[in-house]
Amino acid sequence: MRRFLSGNEAVARGAYEAGVKLAVGYPGTPSTEILETLAEEYRSIYSEWSPNEKVAFEVGIGASLGGARALVTMKHVGLNVAADPFMTFAYTGVNGGFVLISADDPEMHSSQNEQDNRFYAKFAQIPFLEPSDSQESKDFVLKAFEISEKFDTPVMLRMTTRISHSKGIIEENEPVKIESVGFKRDMQKYVMIPANAKKRHLIVTQRLEKLQQYSEETELNVIENNGSKIGIISGGIAYQYAKDNLPDADYLKIGFGFPLPIEKIRKFVSSHQKVLVIEELEPYYEEIIHAAGIKIEGKKYFSRLGELSPYKVALGLKEAGLLDKTAGAQIAPAELFPRPPILCPGCPHRGAYMALKKLGVAVTGDIGCYTLGVLPPLEYLDTCICMGASIGNAIGMEKVGGYQKGVVAVIGDSTFLHSGITGLLDAVYNKSNITVIILDNRVTAMTGGQQHPATGYTLMGETTKRVNFIELAKALGVESVHEVDPYDYQGLIKTIEGEINREGPSVIITNRPCVLMPKRIGDRPYRVIAEDCNGCSACFRIGCPAIASSKELTEHNRPKAIIDPVLCTGCSLCAQVCQPEAIVPTGEPVKVK
Amino acid sequence: MENETTNILIVGVGGQGVLLASELLSETAMRAGYNIKKSEVHGMSQRGGVVTSHIKFGKKVYSPIIPYGEVDILISFEQAEALRAVDWLKKDGVVVTAKTRLVPPIATGGKFHYPDDPIADLKKKVKKVIAVDAEQIALELGDIRLVNTILLGGISTDLEFDHKLWEEAIRVRVKPKFVDVNLKAFARGQELAVAIKKAMA
Ligand SMILES: Cc1ncc(C[n+]2csc(CCOP(=O)(O)OP(=O)(O)O)c2C)c(N)n1
Repeated sequence: MRRFLSGNEAVARGAYEAGVKLAVGYPGTPSTEILETLAEEYRSIYSEWSPNEKVAFEVGIGASLGGARALVTMKHVGLNVAADPFMTFAYTGVNGGFVLISADDPEMHSSQNEQDNRFYAKFAQIPFLEPSDSQESKDFVLKAFEISEKFDTPVMLRMTTRISHSKGIIEENEPVKIESVGFKRDMQKYVMIPANAKKRHLIVTQRLEKLQQYSEETELNVIENNGSKIGIISGGIAYQYAKDNLPDADYLKIGFGFPLPIEKIRKFVSSHQKVLVIEELEPYYEEIIHAAGIKIEGKKYFSRLGELSPYKVALGLKEAGLLDKTAGAQIAPAELFPRPPILCPGCPHRGAYMALKKLGVAVTGDIGCYTLGVLPPLEYLDTCICMGASIGNAIGMEKVGGYQKGVVAVIGDSTFLHSGITGLLDAVYNKSNITVIILDNRVTAMTGGQQHPATGYTLMGETTKRVNFIELAKALGVESVHEVDPYDYQGLIKTIEGEINREGPSVIITNRPCVLMPKRIGDRPYRVIAEDCNGCSACFRIGCPAIASSKELTEHNRPKAIIDPVLCTGCSLCAQVCQPEAIVPTGEPVKVK
Repeated sequence: MENETTNILIVGVGGQGVLLASELLSETAMRAGYNIKKSEVHGMSQRGGVVTSHIKFGKKVYSPIIPYGEVDILISFEQAEALRAVDWLKKDGVVVTAKTRLVPPIATGGKFHYPDDPIADLKKKVKKVIAVDAEQIALELGDIRLVNTILLGGISTDLEFDHKLWEEAIRVRVKPKFVDVNLKAFARGQELAVAIKKAMA
């Protein structure tokens, strides 16, 4: 059957066709939909969200050693978290096939950096495959499992946002029949004490020689001969952009990216007048090809920043003298207002930032919807490095007396469970005076609403135990633990103020759920009594999309506020900052004083 | 050329149904036997940001991204967003936009300005601009979220897909509960486009 699938949906389909028995990961754009699709459409596969990528990777290793085919998914920075098991699993090799999906995010559509994870495969000396559309995303998963089992190695499938989120037509096939082989005890292979690891490291280098041979022969690295004098070496989405511009050049399309088919490349280059390497992000192919003494050009014409595009590739080709038509006119970005992402109306994170801003403390931040607190008009977040960093950052800053008004860490529920617990343990152990606010909206909101260990549900929809944050914080040794309502502005200010002035670490947990999940929450919307609004703009400054400026002006020519009753969820925070008490719930008689 | 494609760009603001509209269009093109690719980026941007979907179909499609200045039809669910995207349009391309105005909080502070009449600005740049009060029709049909299907019905008159294929696409892609009202919305959009074209001719 033909279906129109995204790269991620195609990977899920590939996993199904490859007979995968266990799939595991931690959400992260652009990888998230792979496991979501599996849990929804292919329920014969056991799939789960782990609390973080390291655990996910280790669960995947367990399944592989247990003799089944295992798929592990994460975004590019997730592999930093899982790098420890990743690097050593390269030594032990697999039992059942093991495929890691690394979904990179060139252009940082939803990420804190745009690291190029192709280098990780080279670093760990394991093969990686890179698809250039949805059909290949599916096909390459099957190929990757074959390679994994044939060469006894984990294999990385490197996706990028464009491949993961773009859709194309794929041809579905029946799943292959794979029997799980079961666990076979083999301590020399799987117990990486130094004596065994030394032997395994040798095997890794021998394996690499075989993979080198395979890379030269596989149809994953294919030459397209169109009888041209111009040769292009490219892979992934960059290959498609090149084809858009130069459909008739000769191509060496790289699908198997480590180790590279150096001899095939040498021959390709020597049989063409001019050869360009076109790749997104870092000069990964280029450096390896150069190191082999082969003359090519690449990053000289194409940026290593952000995503490529048909347009950027056209510009590069033109500069290289390979394209003469003028490549579309550069667009002057329309002189328009921006639409930055923004906290939703009724978002429970809003109250916390309003209170922190009022108190004037330093706020070390973390990653999630609440990172949007850095954008205007709230603009009250001081750091964001990686998941879980807020607590450690706060400890360090407080220890050196970096900010006299107090240091507060803000961290989401999913992020706290991902990698905040150990930070909090450090705060207790080393007698830090920080305050940690766990913004518990009971879901992994930023990535689209995934379950986690404190939601009470698994990825496959079963009910399960829920972590209790209060008990957890107390068990770690935090003596002062509070639960607060983030819709209660004064209450928040009072609680946070009390805790920053207290010795020792404290934890404050906000208790309102995400307004979008599981169902959009709405209460009685609020409205503005126009006669009473003095145009002070205090409500504008809380950055709520439901509040707009009215055409009606005050006597001082300031716009009054209006509230969109469809968007307003009735959280009441705007009413709490309205001095003239002009904001009231709908349905009430005009103001009761 | 073999890799010549029809290029459609759909733009709007998070929550307006850009993705469903592009799904319906793609499904229809696939059923009509075309090769098709589409691209959009989900994630952060959906929290109130601009949502853009590129759709390319033809005999052979390489990348899923439309080059600058090569869009045949621009569909926008919001006036100012049509203006933001208009330079992607081909010389003789068409813009179909809803008259919906969504002014973000950032444009209430005085630092940024929402254009007074984006549709007038559009008309200065493009010959073929069709602006429809899709919101009004959607409300008549009982659900403001139908704006996307109404506009799709409108542009369907510029594409050569059999009506049956559109209907099939709506039936397989829309939740059963909403199929009928979406079919109605689609038909309303079609009628409107036919009427507008007559008036313009
Ligand atoms: C190592 C790593 N894994 C995954 C992500 C993707 N990601 C960004 S924020 C986030 C979780 C946010 O959930 P939560 O902490 O509950 O905050 P919320 O968005 O619900 O406010 C995830 C998974 C990431 N940035 N880094």
